[in-house]
Amino acid sequence: MPTPPQISTEPAGERVCLAGRWVTAELGGLEAALAALSRPGTGPLTVDASGVTAFDTGGAWYLRRLLRRLRADGREVVLLGLRAEFDELYRLVDARLEAYRWASPQAPRGWLDRLGRRSLGKASQGYRLLAFVGHSMLVLLATLRQPQRLRWRSVLAEIRSAGVDALPIIGLLSFLIGIVIAYQGGVQLRNYGANIFVVELVTLTMLRELAPVMTAVIVAGRTGSAYTAQLGTMLVNDEIDAIRTMGLSPAELLVLPKLLGLMLALPLLTMFADILGVFGGMVMSVAILDVDMGEFLRRVPQAVSLTSFMIGIGKTPVFALLIAMVGCFQGFQVAGGADSVGRQTTVSVVQAIFLVIVTDAVFSIVFSWMRI
Amino acid sequence: MSGERRESVIAVRGLHARYGTRPVLEAVDLEVRRGEIFALVGGSGAGKSTLLRLLIMLEQPAAGSIRLFGEEVVGVGPGRADILRRRLGVMFQHGALFSSQSVLDNVATPLHEHTRLPPRVIREIAALKLALVGLDGEAAAQLPEALSGGMLKRAAVARALALDPELLLLDEPSAGLDPVSANAMDQLILQLRDSLGLTVVLVTHDVDTLCQVTDRVAFIDARRVIGCGSVSELRSDDHPVLQAYFGGPRGRAAMAVT
Repeated sequence: MPTPPQISTEPAGERVCLAGRWVTAELGGLEAALAALSRPGTGPLTVDASGVTAFDTGGAWYLRRLLRRLRADGREVVLLGLRAEFDELYRLVDARLEAYRWASPQAPRGWLDRLGRRSLGKASQGYRLLAFVGHSMLVLLATLRQPQRLRWRSVLAEIRSAGVDALPIIGLLSFLIGIVIAYQGGVQLRNYGANIFVVELVTLTMLRELAPVMTAVIVAGRTGSAYTAQLGTMLVNDEIDAIRTMGLSPAELLVLPKLLGLMLALPLLTMFADILGVFGGMVMSVAILDVDMGEFLRRVPQAVSLTSFMIGIGKTPVFALLIAMVGCFQGFQVAGGADSVGRQTTVSVVQAIFLVIVTDAVFSIVFSWMRI
Repeated sequence: MSGERRESVIAVRGLHARYGTRPVLEAVDLEVRRGEIFALVGGSGAGKSTLLRLLIMLEQPAAGSIRLFGEEVVGVGPGRADILRRRLGVMFQHGALFSSQSVLDNVATPLHEHTRLPPRVIREIAALKLALVGLDGEAAAQLPEALSGGMLKRAAVARALALDPELLLLDEPSAGLDPVSANAMDQLILQLRDSLGLTVVLVTHDVDTLCQVTDRVAFIDARRVIGCGSVSELRSDDHPVLQAYFGGPRGRAAMAVT
C-alpha cells in the first residue's frame, strides 16, 4: 500500500516529522502541506526524517525546499534520521542545485520592437523569394541553352507524381463542381424557360475560371506542400549540403525538374478538369433540365470560343510557376528540425493558394481591360 | 558486483524475434539484476537495437518471455504497459528530443503528463535533472538544435531521468562524442547508478565504456547471445568472435588502460 509523503509538526518538541514515500510520482499533495506548514516554537528546530520509506530526486528537491523555508528566518534546523543512502542522494541534489545557474530571464519585447522585427522579417523574406526566383530563372535559361543537361527522367517523375497521380481527385472534384453549377444555375434558368443556356453557364465558368483555379488550389495543397516537405527534410539531413559539395547545383538538380514538370502537368490537369466539369454539368442538365445530351454537345462549340478555352489554359503555367517557386523556396527556408518542416509546409500552401487567387484576379482585370 | 544474488529487473527467456520472415533474434536468454550496469554488445545488425526495442515494449517478440520488475510484458495490455513504462527511462541513439521545445521543457514534459505538481515546481525539478547531468541554465533555455552532440546526449539522459525511473536504458550513450565528452558520459552513468541506485542497460560499441563502466556484458552475434559475463570473463573466452572483438587493437588498448 503506497503511503503518500507527509509532513507533521509536534508543537511541544519543536519537531517537524516527515513520513511516507517521498517519490516524484506521489509528491502532488506536498505543495498544500508545505503551504500550511507552521513553525512550532522559537528555538532550534529538528526535522525528523526517519519515517521516510522511499526517496528520489524529486523528494530530495522538496526536502531541500522545506529546509530552506524553515531556515528562512535564520533559525537553526537540524535534519535527523534520514537513511544513509537517502542522505547521500540528498547531498548530491543539494550540491548540484547549489552550482546550477539559471539563465538570466530576457526582458519581454515592446510592441514597437515586435512590429519592427516582424516587418523586417517579412520584407527580407520577400527579398529572398525574389532572389530565389531570379536564381531559378537563370538556371532555367542556362539549362535551356544546353538541353542535354536537363534531367528528363526527374521531370517525367515529377509529371507523374504531380499530374497522373492527381487525376482521380481532380476528376472527381471537377465532376462534382460541374453538377453543382448546373443545378444551382439551372433551377434559376428554368424559371425563365431558358433551360438550354445552362450550356453557356457550365462551360464558360468551368473553362475560364473554375477549372484552372480549382486545379491550381488542389495542386498547391497536394504537390506544393510535398515540395516543401521534401526539400526541408533534405535540408535538415544535410542532403542539400551534400549535393553542393559534390559540385552539383540544388537548383538544377531539385528545383528545375519540379518547375518544368509542374508547368507541363498543370495545363494538362486543367484540361482534364474542364472535360470532367462539363461532363458533370451535362449529366445534371439531362437529369433535371430536360436538355438532350446531343443538343448539349452541339451547343458547346457555339457557347465557348477557342479564346475562352485558351484564356483558362493560358493562366495555368503561371499558377504552376507560383506553386513550384513558393513550394521550393519555403523548403529551403527550413531551419532546425521537424517542427520547422511542418511550419514551412503550412506557410507554403497558404502562400501558394493566396498567390494563385490574387493572380487570377489580376488576370480577370487585365482581360476585361483588353475586352476578351 | 558479484556475490549476493539481487532481484532481477529484467529476465528474458527463450526470446525469438523476426522482421517479416527474417529472424533477428533467436533463443535469447539474459538477466539483469538491480543496481547493475549491463551492456548489450555486438556487431552492427546483430540485433542489439531490436532487443532494446523489445525490452521497452515498442515491439512484440515472435516467441519467448520478457519479465520487467518481475512482471511478464509479452502480450501485456496497453494500460499496464504504460504503467510499466513510467518505471523506465529511455535515451534514444540520437537523443530524440522534441525539436519544438526548449531543453527544459523537454525534461518537464513527462512531469507535466504524469504528476500533479504545480508548473513552477516542475520547472525546478526539471532544472534539477539538468543539473544532475551537468547542464546549466544557459543550455536549458536553448532549443535542442542549438546544442552540441555531447550536451544533446546529456539532455536526453536528463529527460530519461525525469520521472526518477528504476531502470535506465541507453542506446549508444557515447557514440559520436569526442573522447572527453565520452569519458564524462561514462562517469555520469557510474555516478547515476551509485547515487540514484539505478539499474542501467546500455547498447554500446565503445570498448572503453565497456571496460570502465559495465558490470556485465551480453555479447550478441548472429542473432544469439554468445557470451554473458564481465568484460574480463568474455575476454578470456576462446570464442573466435569474442577474441576478434576484445583481442583486436582497440580492445587491447582499452583493456590496457584499466
